[in-house]
Amino acid sequence: MSLGRTLALPARPGIGMSMSDRLRRFGAFAAKFAAKALAGLAVPVGLAAAWFFCARWNWIPEQILPSPDAVWQTLRETTADGSLQSATLVSLQRVLSGFAVGIVAGVGVGGALGASATLRGYIEPFFLAFNQIPHIAWMPVLMLLFGIGETLKIVLIAWAAFLPATLCTLQGVRDVPAGYRELGRVLMFDRRATFSTIILPCALPSIFTGLREGLANAWHALVAVELLASFEGLGYMMAYGRQLFQLELVMAAMAVIALIGLIFHTLLRWVELRLSRWHLEGAA
Amino acid sequence: MNFTVALGAARAKSRPGAGPGLLSRLVSKLGASGWRPWLAPLAALLVWEIGAHLPGVDARFLPSLEAVAVRGWRGFVHDDLFHHVLASLGRDLAGFVLGACAGVSAGLVLGFSPLAQRALGPTLMTYRQISLFAWIPLVSMWFGGNEAGKIAFIAMAAFQPTLVNSWRGVAEVPKSYRELSNVLLFGRLGFVWLIALPCALPQIFTGLHSALICAWAGTVGAELLFNIAPGIGGQMNEGQQLFQMDRLLLCILLLGGVGLLFNLLARAAERRLLRWRTL
Repeated sequence: MSLGRTLALPARPGIGMSMSDRLRRFGAFAAKFAAKALAGLAVPVGLAAAWFFCARWNWIPEQILPSPDAVWQTLRETTADGSLQSATLVSLQRVLSGFAVGIVAGVGVGGALGASATLRGYIEPFFLAFNQIPHIAWMPVLMLLFGIGETLKIVLIAWAAFLPATLCTLQGVRDVPAGYRELGRVLMFDRRATFSTIILPCALPSIFTGLREGLANAWHALVAVELLASFEGLGYMMAYGRQLFQLELVMAAMAVIALIGLIFHTLLRWVELRLSRWHLEGAA
Repeated sequence: MNFTVALGAARAKSRPGAGPGLLSRLVSKLGASGWRPWLAPLAALLVWEIGAHLPGVDARFLPSLEAVAVRGWRGFVHDDLFHHVLASLGRDLAGFVLGACAGVSAGLVLGFSPLAQRALGPTLMTYRQISLFAWIPLVSMWFGGNEAGKIAFIAMAAFQPTLVNSWRGVAEVPKSYRELSNVLLFGRLGFVWLIALPCALPQIFTGLHSALICAWAGTVGAELLFNIAPGIGGQMNEGQQLFQMDRLLLCILLLGGVGLLFNLLARAAERRLLRWRTL
């Protein structure tokens, strides 16, 4: 019995605690969490309150800052008649197809350039030169070449996503430490094994930086092109609202854009964390 | 005597770009890879030029190089293209200065004060998710579609990268540095001034550098999407409406040239201002 006691595991925190202790602990945790959430919410709530009161007492004219009710009403109306969903779908389709084309090409070209120093010597300066030109600037040129149809949008969005994907992949693959490659040679890995166990994991964080940047760029390009040359989509909804001085329409579209941006950002982050779990474990 | 001669020789040798080695080094450099970076652009220009002269290629869609050059020559010498470039640059710099000042100060406040970070962080993160160009209708309504609206938009473009980078730079000051500051009995001001700011400086510069690029992209976007005014973007709008591809390509070249110039300047400034860094 005494032996049993001496060999007993050290009490884990929380096991031997009395109920009141546990309650107190939980209370402290909850208070901390609430304080954090409150601090984070204070500013948005304050801004929303300011917005609400500004609209309520007409401190700012309706044409400059529509009331929250109006925005909410617009969101509900456009959802009810399906125009918001169709605009969102059109925009999402455009951005996703352009983004997909851009990153597949970008990761491919960037990987090839990163792997071969010779190729890099020939072509990298070319890419750097193109990188100096803001992608939006190609819009008028592409409008002359392709008109204002769907091709223009896909090409512009793909180009916007292509450059960061290429350059980041290039960097990631180029900067795989020489020691790792050497290790692969020592272990007599063939090409495929070297690629999948050494180069890809090592370049992954950089590739994901490129993807995130590419996605942000694709969104920029989408909104710009829809503002200037489109008859459907979220950007068109905003341009339309601006022409009619209906800022509530503009703000409703902005809310949807922010929401989708947030969802994309979180999704990419999640995929990145899942794919590079080993990285975090190695660091910790 | 012998010693001084040897020393002098060693010194001469150690100075880069002096002595007889220079020419051979230059030749070997050119021979090895010096021509390589120029090959692809030259080939592309050649393909462009040949393509433009092929029968059946419409010059309206693919103007020849000399057409672009002539357009540039005429624009700079006879027209006021230079004036347009200056207008764009002025707008860009005004927006950049405003946005970068706001971004760096907000980033520093967020980095130094946990309270501010907790209070403002989530709001700013949400703000970052809204695509920049989505602000154009609102900004044009609030500040007007003319100069004020454009500069406000460019400032917003410059705000984000400076905010994020200076915030991260200060937040990632190593803990041991903070301990060092405590050991040396630095006050709060001493920590900020002597340790945290120099430590965060490279990251802040990174933010400023990318803000310069973002502001330039924002300038083009503002000039294309706000009211038409003097500037490279206005020229592009005009070229598009008059179907003048040579003019558009000239504008693209100008934009790229200015972007390149910004990059080189920023890199040179970074190198100069961070000379003290030994790590």
